[in-house]
Amino acid sequence: MPADRAPVIRQALAVAAATSLYGVSFGALGVASGLTVLQTSVLSLLLFSGGSQFALIGILGSGGSVGAAVAASSLLAVRNALYGLQLGSTMRPAGWRRLAIAQLTIDESTAVAVSQSARPLRRVGFWVTGLGVYIGWNVMTLLGAFAGNALGDPRRYGLDAAASAAFLALLWPRLRAREPIAIAVVGGVVTTLLVPAIPQGLPVIAAAVAGSVTAWFWPKRWTARAAGAAE
Amino acid sequence: MSTWIAVLASSLIAFAIKLSGYTVPPALLQEPRTLRVTEMLPAALLASLVVLQGFSSGQHLVLDARAAGLVVAAGALLLRAPFIVVVTLAAVTAALLRMLGWG
Repeated sequence: MPADRAPVIRQALAVAAATSLYGVSFGALGVASGLTVLQTSVLSLLLFSGGSQFALIGILGSGGSVGAAVAASSLLAVRNALYGLQLGSTMRPAGWRRLAIAQLTIDESTAVAVSQSARPLRRVGFWVTGLGVYIGWNVMTLLGAFAGNALGDPRRYGLDAAASAAFLALLWPRLRAREPIAIAVVGGVVTTLLVPAIPQGLPVIAAAVAGSVTAWFWPKRWTARAAGAAE
Repeated sequence: MSTWIAVLASSLIAFAIKLSGYTVPPALLQEPRTLRVTEMLPAALLASLVVLQGFSSGQHLVLDARAAGLVVAAGALLLRAPFIVVVTLAAVTAALLRMLGWG
């Protein structure tokens, strides 16, 4: 049994290390967006979902309203419910563990867990990745936040450009089939058209609505073909 | 104060969403169209955030050093560079251009 576990643990720790590393950029961008070190760290401790965290600080930092920031962050978190759905039979959460498992249900822990063949290994993958990322992400967030505070004017170090690149890097792996590409284009175009027209923070919500409508009405046969090509 | 509200509200909602995956009856989330919208939503949101963070300043669309940073980031992503490298290259690009007096 331990022999089986070793490669899973190694994979989990590698994913955790790589993910934690970019907690530094979140920490630095958090304070660059006007949050305190404490607020930035609380986001990593409690929100703990990279895309949502970047969205929240991005919208607050660019002058968007609290409502728009919370809405965009929450919409980006919706995918985590699907992960729970996938992991339910593997983790069979009960009691207090249910809360810990829910909090650790993110892209990385799900990806490592579902890629294992047997249920015990999936559980090991989930826990090691989830806890590894949680610890690493929070430590690196704190380091990044202190560093960002010490740096001063974020524009001088290109931290505003780093923020847009962070969203591009989060988007990139999703662009593997025709449908997500089309929906990303819809989101980008709607935002570009609406930025000059409506209050700050609202274009991102409009993009989410337009993207959802596109996904809702996307013809099934297009998806089938695109998915076949992507596999 | 309002920042704290945003931080705590979004944390609470995200946790409720994570928990719902384990508690909501699967049939409710597994309706095919709901599933597809949920899967596709991040693409629209992230693309929107790329535009907002890369090309907007308040209610204006602008082309500055951030755009150059994004181009470099895209190049790095094409070469399969890891996240931290992509983000750092974008920052360095924009910082250098600003040092030279552009954007």
